[in-house]
Amino acid sequence: MIVAPKLPILFCTVVLIGAALIASCGGGSSHNNSMAPIAASGSNVQPIVVNSGPASNYANGVFTTLTVCVPSTSTCQDISGILVDTGSYGLRLLSSAGGGALTLSLPKQTSGSETVGECAPFVSGFTWGSVNSADIKLSGELASNVPVQVIDPTFSAVPADCKNSGVPADDTLQTLGANGILGVGPYAQDCGTACTQAGTNNPGLYYGCSGSTCQVIAESLTQQVQNPVALFPKDNNGVVIELPAVTGSLPSLSGSMVFGIGTQSNNSVGGVTVFPLNSSGEFSTTFKGKTYPAFVDSGSNALFFLDAATTGLTVCTDNSGFYCPTSSISLSATTFSSGTNANISFTVADADTLFANRGAFVFSTLGGPNAGTFDWGLPFFFGRNVYTAIESRTTPVGSGPFWAY
Amino acid sequence: MHELRSPTGAVVREFATSSGKIFAVTWHGPWPPDLQHLLGTHFAEFQQAVQSPNARAAHGPLTIQQGNLVVELGGHMRDFAGRAYLSDQVPAGVRAEGIH
Repeated sequence: MIVAPKLPILFCTVVLIGAALIASCGGGSSHNNSMAPIAASGSNVQPIVVNSGPASNYANGVFTTLTVCVPSTSTCQDISGILVDTGSYGLRLLSSAGGGALTLSLPKQTSGSETVGECAPFVSGFTWGSVNSADIKLSGELASNVPVQVIDPTFSAVPADCKNSGVPADDTLQTLGANGILGVGPYAQDCGTACTQAGTNNPGLYYGCSGSTCQVIAESLTQQVQNPVALFPKDNNGVVIELPAVTGSLPSLSGSMVFGIGTQSNNSVGGVTVFPLNSSGEFSTTFKGKTYPAFVDSGSNALFFLDAATTGLTVCTDNSGFYCPTSSISLSATTFSSGTNANISFTVADADTLFANRGAFVFSTLGGPNAGTFDWGLPFFFGRNVYTAIESRTTPVGSGPFWAY
Repeated sequence: MHELRSPTGAVVREFATSSGKIFAVTWHGPWPPDLQHLLGTHFAEFQQAVQSPNARAAHGPLTIQQGNLVVELGGHMRDFAGRAYLSDQVPAGVRAEGIH
């Protein structure tokens, strides 16, 4: 995910009547129809929902509810409003000091006499806080003793190195738009071998903190914040995100996150095309005869691609992170890795107009600029079961990291 | 154009005019760049713009425009890319979308 808020606040009264959400200022404009089959239940099936999220203003955010426990105890807490993000790795929970739901006291990781802190980089913000241990329950799966980040604006002082990226801290419910982020992307750790090194080769994600003073430390792979799926005893080679097809916009959309790839009858790989990632964690996309680097990311809330000059799409005046074409435009591109490709059709509509529908939080035609790159964000997942396989884990269709659909 | 490789694996390219003035910089690597270093005297402008409530309209890539300074941030965890340029310093005949 690439953290940043958000729509202008969507003030409207939403009343829960039975199972139906009725929004006083207008509901969704369209229907949805499922194309790919969606797993309904099972010990490896985690319900997910696209809605406004715990800050009530998220567009195209896909959320879930999970259980965290003090390791090896029955002292647990259910936390809702956790963003499901295939673009990051590991669980990050917003502390109550930041306005989040976490009240459970999870043991802090230490390094010698110091407490371990982390500055986790996202594109338009960073998350800062301690590294803690938790058992994580998702559906019938359990990841034990997992290093997680507790995002906490009151933890120590944010180190200068962390601030040099220039982007702000995302450490409140308002800036994060979620009670946490569940990173289930194609890597097991949020840093990898780079952070195990000492010296200038260390990118500086992990810190040893004493009082308000923190300095960069080398952090072993097993101590790093990591994708809990990789720590499940089974179904641990990746996830499948399953959301129905959407035409236009909707108030909410329910789907499933299935754990494992080719490990059970409900996550079989029949008929999918596999796209291995290159050494940069990317694949490619060809658009209007030119090829660009590309990636798939459920935590990006639109299809973010290229720029106004290249696409001919105008950038919005009110919501400058999005495109506002004068009329809806149908486009196509080809995603490819070595030896495989798939044609993708998509539509981009005027985001300022889409957001004027204040009861809608699911937008299938939301697009925006992203110079020189294709970021296949959440609208890409609508009507398409998307498999994300973890680095060096085996599946019946080859080893991760890959995307398949 | 001048290419540098940082110790943490980022490729940074600096673009200069014929008189040697740098008008653009691009980066691509597993971690975000040190923008304070890359933007130099323009870092404060960037920080001011990125903190303003209207600067970040999307959960996705970010474009900051502050005067003649344009900064574009993209990517995701373990894969970051972006570019910055001074729109009034880009030489005639060079299009912004051609800086990469």
